Amino acid sequence: MSNPLSDFLRDYLTVGIFGSLGFVLVGLLLFIAWLIRPDRRQAQKYIAYESGVDPIGDMWSQTQVRYYIFALLFVMFDVEAVFIFPWATQLEVFGWFGLVEMTLFILILLLGLVYAWRKGVLKWA
Amino acid sequence: MELIWLIPAFPVLGFVLLAALGRRIGDPGAGALGTLAVVGSFAASVAVALTLAQEPEGSRQVTQTLWAWIPADSFQVSFGLLADELSLMMCLFITGVGALIHVYAIGYMKGDPDYARFFTYLNLFIASMLLLVLGDNLILTFLGWEGVGACSYLLISFWFTEPANASAGKKAFVTNRIGDFGYMLGTFLVFVTFGTIDYLQIDQAAPGVSAGTATAIALLFFLAATGKSAQLPLFVWLPDAMAGPTPVSALIHAATMVTSGVFLLTRLSPILEAAGWANDLIAWVGAITALLAAGAAVAQNDIKKVLAYSTVSQLGFMFIAIGSQNYVGALFHMITHAFFKALLFLGAGAVIYSMAHEQDMRRYGQLRRYLPVTFATMFIGWLAISGIPPFSGFWSKDEILAGSFQVQPAGQLLWVAGIIAAVLTAFYMTRLMLMTFAGGTEQWRTPAAESLPEVPGDDHTDDHTDAHAGAHDDHHAHHLTPEHNPKDAPVIMLAPLVILAVFAALAGLLNLPFADQLHFLDHWVEPVLEGQSGLPSAAVQWGLALVSIVGALLGVWFSWRVYQQHRVDRAKLEQPVLAHAWYIDDSYARVAGGPGEAAFQGLADFDHEVVDGAVRGVGGVTQQAGEAVRGIQTGFVRSYAFGIGIGAVALVLFAVVRMSL
Amino acid sequence: MSGPSVLAAALQDVLIEPAPGFEVPSIDWAGIAPNLILMLGSILLLTVVSVLKRRVPSWFAPVWTISAAVAAGCAVVPLWQRFADTGPETLVGGAVGLDGFSLFATVVVCIAVVFVALLLADYLPRESLESPEWYVLVLLSASGAVTMASADDLIVLFVGLEILSVAAYVMTAMHRRRVTSQEAGLKYFVLGAFSSAFLLYGIALTYGATGSTNLAEIQAFLAGDVVTQNALLLGGLAFMLVGLGFKVGAVPFHSWAPDVYQGAPTPISGYMAGAVKLGAFAALLRVFVVAFGPAYRQEWQPLVAVLAVLSLVVGAFAAISQTNVKRMLAYSSINHAGFILLGVLAASAAGTESALFYLLAYTFMAAGSFAVVTVVGRTGEHRQSLEDYRGLASVRPGLALVFTVLLLSQAGVPLTVGFLAKLYVVTAAVESGFDWVAVVAMLTAVVSAFMYLRIVATMYFADAPEGAPALRIPAATGVALGLSVVGVLLLGIVPGPVSDWANEAVAQLVVAAP
Repeated sequence: MSNPLSDFLRDYLTVGIFGSLGFVLVGLLLFIAWLIRPDRRQAQKYIAYESGVDPIGDMWSQTQVRYYIFALLFVMFDVEAVFIFPWATQLEVFGWFGLVEMTLFILILLLGLVYAWRKGVLKWA
Repeated sequence: MELIWLIPAFPVLGFVLLAALGRRIGDPGAGALGTLAVVGSFAASVAVALTLAQEPEGSRQVTQTLWAWIPADSFQVSFGLLADELSLMMCLFITGVGALIHVYAIGYMKGDPDYARFFTYLNLFIASMLLLVLGDNLILTFLGWEGVGACSYLLISFWFTEPANASAGKKAFVTNRIGDFGYMLGTFLVFVTFGTIDYLQIDQAAPGVSAGTATAIALLFFLAATGKSAQLPLFVWLPDAMAGPTPVSALIHAATMVTSGVFLLTRLSPILEAAGWANDLIAWVGAITALLAAGAAVAQNDIKKVLAYSTVSQLGFMFIAIGSQNYVGALFHMITHAFFKALLFLGAGAVIYSMAHEQDMRRYGQLRRYLPVTFATMFIGWLAISGIPPFSGFWSKDEILAGSFQVQPAGQLLWVAGIIAAVLTAFYMTRLMLMTFAGGTEQWRTPAAESLPEVPGDDHTDDHTDAHAGAHDDHHAHHLTPEHNPKDAPVIMLAPLVILAVFAALAGLLNLPFADQLHFLDHWVEPVLEGQSGLPSAAVQWGLALVSIVGALLGVWFSWRVYQQHRVDRAKLEQPVLAHAWYIDDSYARVAGGPGEAAFQGLADFDHEVVDGAVRGVGGVTQQAGEAVRGIQTGFVRSYAFGIGIGAVALVLFAVVRMSL
Repeated sequence: MSGPSVLAAALQDVLIEPAPGFEVPSIDWAGIAPNLILMLGSILLLTVVSVLKRRVPSWFAPVWTISAAVAAGCAVVPLWQRFADTGPETLVGGAVGLDGFSLFATVVVCIAVVFVALLLADYLPRESLESPEWYVLVLLSASGAVTMASADDLIVLFVGLEILSVAAYVMTAMHRRRVTSQEAGLKYFVLGAFSSAFLLYGIALTYGATGSTNLAEIQAFLAGDVVTQNALLLGGLAFMLVGLGFKVGAVPFHSWAPDVYQGAPTPISGYMAGAVKLGAFAALLRVFVVAFGPAYRQEWQPLVAVLAVLSLVVGAFAAISQTNVKRMLAYSSINHAGFILLGVLAASAAGTESALFYLLAYTFMAAGSFAVVTVVGRTGEHRQSLEDYRGLASVRPGLALVFTVLLLSQAGVPLTVGFLAKLYVVTAAVESGFDWVAVVAMLTAVVSAFMYLRIVATMYFADAPEGAPALRIPAATGVALGLSVVGVLLLGIVPGPVSDWANEAVAQLVVAAP
């Protein structure tokens, strides 16, 4: 009686049981807390928690659009790093080939930086 | 023999050159170039025909495959030209008459701002028509078929761009689509039945086909033919076609286009032979069309419109011949008709040209004094079409009528219908000649308001005429003043008339009935045609011929009494008493904007509701369905993503569930 | 010891020959030359324009782009010879295929690049958007399309798809002053990323089921083994179909297409209809017909049949209710996608051949049609509705005639390439036993013919409105229009050489890695 579909789904049964146990546990704890805690409402308690500092202004504050470009450049190099770390651990396996490949990769990204620089993105004004 | 491809290549080349450089060459270079292309094509046709004639009879078929066009495995279509007796005969008169019309147009279109464009279209028209007749398979013929249709819309709308007339253009389009539908289904059925669409292979396989299949194929192609060759019920577009410049009318009505239906059925004669009652249907549709159209022609005042109905009527004769399996008769009449109808149209054009573009015959009269050459040539054309011996029309019409006489069943009835139509033909053509060239008074001398009796619905005509005139007012003044002194058109227009007149007079020589060795046409096309039926015995033929001569003379005489001697009030003939019998005439008139609209409003509404409504209905239903689909497209990314998600889930479920079942 | 020598010693230490377990793939540079030319063309162009102090002249970028495309097209010739001599090969460690299919697709992509470069050369100055980045992105996306079309590995395919798509997202949004352009770009991006995730998930599931991402290995695995994790495999199949179906604009994954085609700068719309569709269809053909074809045909054919029928019907019916011509063309491209899916559905050599031919034909038709829309739209692209085409025949007879030919071709009228393209795919579908889908296709062809003829009728039968600004056809656009019409007619009249070529191209598609 080994239907391939049910075999396949049975693997996910574990995940399902684990997930629902988690839900039940958290729900149970919250329920207990609700049962036993005292309930005294004050205006102060409804202010957003900002590590002890009083929050100022709107939640939808606007950010200078230039940060967006920086964020983009940051992501570019972040992604670069994501590739470089695993590559570094395996450099001995890849040898020269790996070095050349990574150089090419960095060069192309560098070209992007050069382009951004030439377009004046790196100047704040 | 290798030169077959030259026949269509010349006009194609002319078309390309004119399309590219036409505007630079201008007037009259573009006309000369276009004419030269057709003349070249004619020369090529003659050369090929002469070579072919030297071959022994029975092996006069040459296929020249230019390239493989659709090289699919199961469905091979080559771009091949088939030169045999039939197609070459068609080529000869298409290019011959076509060349004359081109020459004529050089003069007629002089000074038109779109001079070069006109010849561009004309050459394309000729090229399409040649492709139609030379194609060695049904698909290639269909290409020419569509090309001819497309060119005719282009040419009809050449001066005809007013929005009021757009619906007329649409009507021509729709009726031709219905015909095309028949063609396509017919082609499909042929392919399914024979596994091929090559004419030669069809010819070989045709004798083995069952009667039912043959009938179905014949009916489908007959539907196609009624569209192009303007038979009941799909003739409504032809009156529109005469709204274009006159050389175009001549080309459409005489040398090309309308003959394509007759050609197609002749080409498929091996199938028709097995088609049983479809032949009777063809003959009777032809006879009824011939009668009704001849009747319609009696009541027209626009000179070109008389000729337009006359064409429909004459085509009816050809279909009578096809239905009685008298293909030679059909071809014979096609040729003679090409000559005399081209002559008459071009002659009418010359009259219109001389009369400051006035087309109403009620404003003509006594023109023989002013236009002697035009009169003389049209006189010959009139004798030919009226069936007066020894002019060409008599011989061909007589052969058709003789052939119809012995059709089983009810051939005599068919013959009677034909004779009546012939009498009517003689009548209305005499009327045309008398009103134009005789009639006693020069009508245009009196101001328009007095000379034209008020006829209900007449203003409709005027609308069209004005719209028509407005479109080209800048180059063709439409002012027929009482002081106007008409004179013959320039030589370049008269020369084609004279040449055509000679042929219209003598074309009967192609197939004189007296002795077997005089049947040149018979012998020439015999190998192509299957199931050509014989004619009645000589004695019967003599009798029938005598009746038809008497009939023709009767028609002429009666017309003379009415329009020359005014013994009979013409209004009695052209008014409702006669017109009531032909409801269809006024449907015509309504479509083309003729007189009598008010009297037949009901019929017109029917036409409006049913024909137009059908056109709109098809579009409307599809549009509504489209609106429903369009409602899904809201513009929100979230709903799009939701849709994609739903689709993905459905697809995955479908795949997985299918497997586990 | 001095600094450099320490470094040298360290390098010496590290950079020995690669470890025994790792095999360095041999890269056949000549074999991937066309793709390299496109890719390097893009990168070099970017380098040049960012390094040069002065602005480069405006003709430079289009000329560069066209040269690169032509060079890539020429590079195909010796490779084709090689393919004809030695049969298909697989290069770069089994990742990239050198076969007739990929070479044919490369040529089509190059044609699309030439068209879009010609159109952009006039469009960008008109809209005051001149910058070389457009051309960089065009070449980059072309490289992506070629990568997809020659991918022998699902990972390579995905990389190609992303290169192609990301460039397309940006180009869609690059008309700075048109809000619709940016809206379209954003929609395309969000939904595209969404669908890419499906594709990736499908690839992962397929890998899980077959143990490989290499198409040849998948094929071999499916041929040899009874797959135990069948649901995994079928799920993978379905998810990949979702991802690729999105890219080709098949219903129900089409919803982006009308908005994006309408919003994108018009030359880019034409390019997307040509190159982007080609890349996606090439991938679809490679994955489904080649890798899953022999063993799993029965499993995916119903899915594709559903997509094909939906695309045909929705594309045709939605198109006729549109009043915006550009949007009509967008829906008609969905209808065309349905037709090409017929070729995929056939899962045969004839089907693949017909799909390739259709893609080539559609590249010409789409480029020309969108070129007309570009011209009629005038500066700012405000004139796209059917109303703006009224009486075009009397104002610009040449342009109207060109558009008429292109529309008739899209409708499938004989003597144009559209007729043959439709005939081939329908024949292929019928030969594979999908008669009913073929019938649906022919019926929708009639429906969509109504739409095409509606445009034609508007151009010819309606009056030109008074006071419309004059219509100018710039030189490069004129060349593009001429090329498209010549292509449509030439291929329609003498299709033999090209269809033979397509026939040879698909003779043998994928070979196992050596």
